[in-house]
Amino acid sequence: MADAHAKKHDYHIIDPSPWPVLSALGALVMALGTIAWMRYAAGSPLPFLGLDLANPWLFFIGLVLVLYCMFGWWADTVKESHQGFHTRVVQLHLRYGMIMFIASEVMFFVAWFWAFFDASLFPGEAVQVTRSEYTGGQWPPAGIEVVDPLHLPLYNTVILLLSGTTVTWAHHALIHNDRKGLIWGLALTVALGILFSAVQVYEYVIAPFEFKNSIYGATFFMATGFHGFHVFVGTIFLIVCLIRAMRGHFTPQKHFGFEAAAWYWHFVDVVWLFLFFCIYVWASWGAPIAHH
Amino acid sequence: MSTVAAHDAHHDHKPSFFKRWFFSTNHKDIGILYLFFALISGFIAVALSIFMRMELQEPGIQIFDGLASIIYGFTGEAAIDGGKQMYNVFVTMHAVLMMFLVVIPALFGGFGNYMMPIMIGAPDMAFPRMNNISFWLLPVALILGLIGMFMPGNAGGYGPGQGWTVYPPLSTSAAPGPAMDFVILSLHLSGASSILGSINFITTIFNMRAPGMTMHKMPLFAWSLLVTAFLLLLSLPVLAGAITMLLTDRNFGTAFFAPEYGGDPILFQHLFWFFGHPEVYILILPAFGIVSHVISTFSRKPIFGYLGMAYAMVAIGAVGFIVWAHHMYTTGISLNTQRYFVFATMVIAVPTGIKIFSWIATMWGGSIRFTTPMLWSIGFVFLFTVGGVTGVQLANAGLDRAYHDTYYVVAHFHYVLSLGAVFGIFAGWYYWWPKITGTMYNEIYGKLHFWIMFIGVNVTFFPQHFLGLAGMPRRYIDYPDAYAGWNFVSSIGSYISVAAMVVFAIGAIEALMKKRPASANPWGEGATTLEWQLSSPPPFHQWEELPRVR
Repeated sequence: MADAHAKKHDYHIIDPSPWPVLSALGALVMALGTIAWMRYAAGSPLPFLGLDLANPWLFFIGLVLVLYCMFGWWADTVKESHQGFHTRVVQLHLRYGMIMFIASEVMFFVAWFWAFFDASLFPGEAVQVTRSEYTGGQWPPAGIEVVDPLHLPLYNTVILLLSGTTVTWAHHALIHNDRKGLIWGLALTVALGILFSAVQVYEYVIAPFEFKNSIYGATFFMATGFHGFHVFVGTIFLIVCLIRAMRGHFTPQKHFGFEAAAWYWHFVDVVWLFLFFCIYVWASWGAPIAHH
Repeated sequence: MSTVAAHDAHHDHKPSFFKRWFFSTNHKDIGILYLFFALISGFIAVALSIFMRMELQEPGIQIFDGLASIIYGFTGEAAIDGGKQMYNVFVTMHAVLMMFLVVIPALFGGFGNYMMPIMIGAPDMAFPRMNNISFWLLPVALILGLIGMFMPGNAGGYGPGQGWTVYPPLSTSAAPGPAMDFVILSLHLSGASSILGSINFITTIFNMRAPGMTMHKMPLFAWSLLVTAFLLLLSLPVLAGAITMLLTDRNFGTAFFAPEYGGDPILFQHLFWFFGHPEVYILILPAFGIVSHVISTFSRKPIFGYLGMAYAMVAIGAVGFIVWAHHMYTTGISLNTQRYFVFATMVIAVPTGIKIFSWIATMWGGSIRFTTPMLWSIGFVFLFTVGGVTGVQLANAGLDRAYHDTYYVVAHFHYVLSLGAVFGIFAGWYYWWPKITGTMYNEIYGKLHFWIMFIGVNVTFFPQHFLGLAGMPRRYIDYPDAYAGWNFVSSIGSYISVAAMVVFAIGAIEALMKKRPASANPWGEGATTLEWQLSSPPPFHQWEELPRVR
């Protein structure tokens, strides 16, 4: 770095970029669209300046804009990496950033587990008369048939744990400059991720309890649902890595994009283990099991 | 990786106007955007509070029935009910704007962005592009919040009238209109902005300190931002979860807060205050940092007990996560739970006391200059202490039985925020004005601003202690005649504060028009942090050769 530039440090001074402000605009359209869609679905109007804005399509305009910005933004990041701007210290930034992003995601799941334990540990407090009437003082609430934890959920646990090993296989292959092993490992991880999501969707379809009007359904579907969404995002992240691996973007020395995807995947995996042991196994212990 | 090519971002020439301010990746420009944004939402939020004080100046309903008929088109009796809802909307939006779109953008986003990289000897933030989306999500949040004010809220009324705490069932079954959804999404986006900002700040502070600047040599403002960033990073996602539950309860039929289906409204309060209590430290900690620098500069002494000051903030941040239920003493939580939360809350007085006494000890024996920023800082120490002492009262579950949801609470949190955090903003504003603008402000306007504001806010909020002790509840448009006297005084105080805002604006405009050039360090040898080694204003990209700190 001892060149003749004005800049005598290894940090990355980024050029002005259109993506942040466009992403924010996309977020605005998406937020307005969310409300417009919810109103539309409820059959009620969204009056604004004499117009009824309730509609199901504004959300998707925002979504497309946001996705376009994400693509452009990350494409720029990849391009800058190839141009050599991601020095060692910049790579360290990216590591710190990803760790903290995952930390904030952990706290997001804390909220859903809090809701779950609030209901499952205290279904029949004397001061909570109305709740106790609904639950019958027990968890799962009286009348709820649960999913057999040792059936599809256990199967999914094994799938996700297996995908943790395939992504590690890919990582080791990458470190040993074995491109074929990397691509195979990633492809298998992606396939296992898709299989997990498919099984989860099937489980939702056959679930013996409702999403609406039940604290059991609310905590179950929202906690596992947000986990499922994270599996979806993680799978896309891995697919992007797979494409980049096929294009030869990663080297044994420099492949943080892959590592970030692997970290994220392990995070999703660990959240699932907590979901599995708390919501599926512990909380449905002794409850009537639905058979299909 | 020594192949970095020259590229044009680090030339001295600035990008064109549109690129510079809309596509910015420069921490100083983004800091200025944040400050400008905080000013705009600040004036809106102040205006909302003045309408409330005008209404409360006398018993009865005077202002809001008229406002409701002008803005929402209510007539006759409906205007009274519409006015009551509108008052509640003003209460809600005043709080939401002040916290999320004024104080955090000014202290954390504005001064934090502008000053922290300079102070730690870094050329920019770690993620300059992400820095910009942290900013641009805030105008989006403001737009959503403002639109929400004109949307149907409760049955037959407009806007979100739940209070900033958005407790269910006020925010669920009692508010069928979309106004509440706008507030929820506004909070989501401002929260996302703060989480991204926090990741940026923490990474910058850990990785980009100049050679030789160890954590234990880092300026206290950077320490305060580091603690603030961790609080935001770990508390906001919990709020995001809570308001997502609200959203699904409202729109998709979940039952998180509906007891008839096994839900629990108190759950929301737990989740909310698990975020809400760290939030109050998020608001005040950066002000702690600013005040430390100002007091040290104008006492011409290093800050007393530097390490104690830094770790007191860490302690406040850490303990701040385990005291949340002191907002919930009257919800029916068990006595043992209350005992724990009383104790844990009182513990926070220890690190806070360390800070107060260290500020005083810094001034002790110093050659003090009573410049405008110093006046704001001393005012901060005094008034924050008043708010802190009433906080100790409120921490007691027994006393809180009487104080809960009265004006005593309103007086308490305005002493720590309106007279604490906002005084911190103004201390920073005048302290760094020469550095940011390159011009000197007029001391006479600055001091006039301080004294009018000091009198105004004290006249506004001190009588509210008496009203609260006499049992006047919060969040009502009307009150019995017995409370008329102090309410009148309080309203007069708020008008005095408006006069202070006018002086503030005149002072800023005057300084920008007169263009009295500021030297690199107008404050003399007491100002020791790195920003005073740069020109005023600093170059577009500073520290292209990193400073070495011994």
